[in-house]
Amino acid sequence: MRKEFRLAGAGGQGLISASIILAEAIASRTDLYVAQTQSYGPESRGGSSRGDVIVSDSQVDYPEVTNPEYLLVMTQDACSTYAKDLAPGGVLIADSTYVKEIPSVNGTVKSYPISERAREMGREIVANMIGLGILAGLTGVVSLEVLEEAVMERLPKSTWDLNKKALRHGFEVGMQMAGGGEEVGEGTRA
Amino acid sequence: MEESRSRLYQGNEACVEGAIAAGMRFFAGYPITPSTEIAELCSVRLPQVGGTFIQMEDEIASMAAVCGASLAGLKAMTATSGPGFSLKQENIGFAAEAEIPCVIVNVQRVGPSTGMPTSPAQGDLMQARWGRHGDQEIVVLSPAYVDEVYSLTIEAFNIAEELRTPVILLMDEVVGHLREKVTLPKPGDLVIKDRKKPVPGSRYLPYAPGEGEDGDVPPLAAFGDGFRFHVTGLTHGPDGFPTNSPSVGEPQIKRINSKISSRREKLCKAEELFTEDADILVVSFGSSARSAKKAVKDLRAVGVKVGLLRLITLWPFPEHVIQRIAAGKLKAVIVPEMNLGQLAREVRRCLDGRAPVIGVNRVAGKLIEPADVIRAVQEVK
Amino acid sequence: MGSDLTKYLRVEKLPHIWCAGCGHGIVTQAIVRAIDELGLDPAKVTIVSGIGCSSRAPGYMNFDTLHTTHGRAIAFATGVKLARPELKVIVITGDGDAAAIGGNHLIHAARRNIDLTVVCYNNSIYGMTSGQYSPVTPLGSFASTAPYGMVERPFDLCELVMGAGGTFVARSTTYHARHLTNVIKQAIQHKGFSFVDALSQCPTYFGRRNNMKDALAMLNWYKENAVSRDDWAKMPPAERGSKFPIGVFRDEEAPEYCETYRKVIEKAMEEVGAK
Repeated sequence: MRKEFRLAGAGGQGLISASIILAEAIASRTDLYVAQTQSYGPESRGGSSRGDVIVSDSQVDYPEVTNPEYLLVMTQDACSTYAKDLAPGGVLIADSTYVKEIPSVNGTVKSYPISERAREMGREIVANMIGLGILAGLTGVVSLEVLEEAVMERLPKSTWDLNKKALRHGFEVGMQMAGGGEEVGEGTRA
Repeated sequence: MEESRSRLYQGNEACVEGAIAAGMRFFAGYPITPSTEIAELCSVRLPQVGGTFIQMEDEIASMAAVCGASLAGLKAMTATSGPGFSLKQENIGFAAEAEIPCVIVNVQRVGPSTGMPTSPAQGDLMQARWGRHGDQEIVVLSPAYVDEVYSLTIEAFNIAEELRTPVILLMDEVVGHLREKVTLPKPGDLVIKDRKKPVPGSRYLPYAPGEGEDGDVPPLAAFGDGFRFHVTGLTHGPDGFPTNSPSVGEPQIKRINSKISSRREKLCKAEELFTEDADILVVSFGSSARSAKKAVKDLRAVGVKVGLLRLITLWPFPEHVIQRIAAGKLKAVIVPEMNLGQLAREVRRCLDGRAPVIGVNRVAGKLIEPADVIRAVQEVK
Repeated sequence: MGSDLTKYLRVEKLPHIWCAGCGHGIVTQAIVRAIDELGLDPAKVTIVSGIGCSSRAPGYMNFDTLHTTHGRAIAFATGVKLARPELKVIVITGDGDAAAIGGNHLIHAARRNIDLTVVCYNNSIYGMTSGQYSPVTPLGSFASTAPYGMVERPFDLCELVMGAGGTFVARSTTYHARHLTNVIKQAIQHKGFSFVDALSQCPTYFGRRNNMKDALAMLNWYKENAVSRDDWAKMPPAERGSKFPIGVFRDEEAPEYCETYRKVIEKAMEEVGAK
């Protein structure tokens, strides 16, 4: 088993941080192997931002994500850039707050107004946690509890409540998506 | 630290934790991408264990301070990347000549010159071996996985201490920045080596070979221990004082070389996969070897008799391993590396015409992909 | 006569490599005498040098001694001192070693105020390589690479080190051997970075090219041109000419680097509960 995740958006949306929390949760609290990378260089200053995670039941050989099975995009740019890389049969999760056009993909598209929900919860900065929760709820790769523990390890205490709330909300949305439940929001589908 | 537990480490972070577990208590460095996290983490972690971190005024000074601290008795390390590695060479040579144990980490990036600071390369393979003037064997280790960064950093310190020599840990940007699971061994399970010390009160000849196994590595006192000895980068006699006599100088220069070359088989570590019956061999190291491994597994799955040799020790060069594998019938040897053929050149030298050596090369910052290797193998068939 | 200084020397390593008339033996003796008069434990003194004529001195001195690469003595010494702060670490360097190739290390060690004593055997020439100009060769002087006279402006090393934050700065000469010993003593006792600019004659490569045919002529030149710091201050600039000041120019207290870092260690250990 080898599953590739890509979390892509704009600098400041916290997607690299979310990818590290996902990897940390898997590394410290499951028997799975994990490899996390991120885009470095000029890209990491403003502009686009990207965190990649590979989960495997054996040691990861090639450490880079090329065709993610799960692609979370939180800007239109990220969607336009990476949608074509989605693995056949993969799932593209779009933050419909910012992603208005989704190119045709050879997989499933799920849309949800992630940033808008985060704003309603109090701070848009926790949109990354909703996104992370969706990925976990949708894939079952880690439990909500394990993710919450990783959040508490990586993030300052003052932010725990809101982050965990966002995470929980995302997780529920993800589980609904997995159950084939309603695909919230809109977007062009394959 | 707590008992054995898995957690996520970045490669550069695993290097720092491995070094501290090995007993490193001094780090001198200078900021340079993509190794900077090592300095940053040392500045946090070392004082927590009673050690000392200093950011020196330049790369040269960092290497100098490492030598000084090691002579004063501490296990010492520095970390850098290509441009800084070039600057450190003179004092690495000093450490080799004066037999000062220390570890130099080079997280390789694209060169020549400033190159691509945030992108990976493996172009310092030959510089690590030959970058200094004069003859000196050097030990160079190259990890491919984050957990291996941890264990090889400890190994680098152990070899440095046991052989009184600088050891280079040749990483690359992919391994340095990658985050992976590391299961930390329990402190009691670690094997940690310390330098031999002279017997207090004895007459101390800091460069005199002794008797028996490892007699070619003299003990090393620390400054302040009362031995009042001399250390110089000039060619010297057993007492450490300079000489212009060829009959005194030659044994000294030969000994610092032979103490490493004579231990080639013990020092050389490699990972082999399907090499017993391979008719095509892939030889690689560092992050490129991960792509090679994926390619070899995929090809085996469809019945291609291909094997992998992943070099963990780069220098001294594991020629005996390559020659053993090549004693079978090899149709070709494929060498994927992020440079224009430095490892391939050495492999070719070892094979001496017994099989064609084909390079798979990238140099502008993109990790070699498994497909590159698969294509090269298929072209042989 | 003072006490027998040979116990601080590796007499079996003599004769030294220096030319007849060289001032470096006088400076070396001044350091050894200072150590003796201060009663330092020789096992707790480490002497570090770079490359050049001056830097051969530690080989003759019976302490832990470290003869390093060109220009880098202060950086090596920084590592020694940080690893074992209880040691007295003395750096012996030359003007080319300290101010040209090693200038960066000199100013940064001064800035950190790390407790090293740097004695610069300043002969204003590269002696080991037979007489090229250094960063302190006076304007108009001749050197093997200044055949038409020196055209670069020289450093005043004391001003340089003071500008960089050095907390003890002094100058003396080989003519003023007793004074030289005294300022070296003060430098060693000073807690923090100390620098002694020890003017030392090179009759072979500087004197002969610059109208001073032997060591005596050069010592006489030091005698005639050196003025005390206080007299210098009173001297109208027009009268200064080739004269130069000697004495202690700065002796100040400031937090010493090793002690400051010790507090960093204590704080970090406390935070992780290691204490």
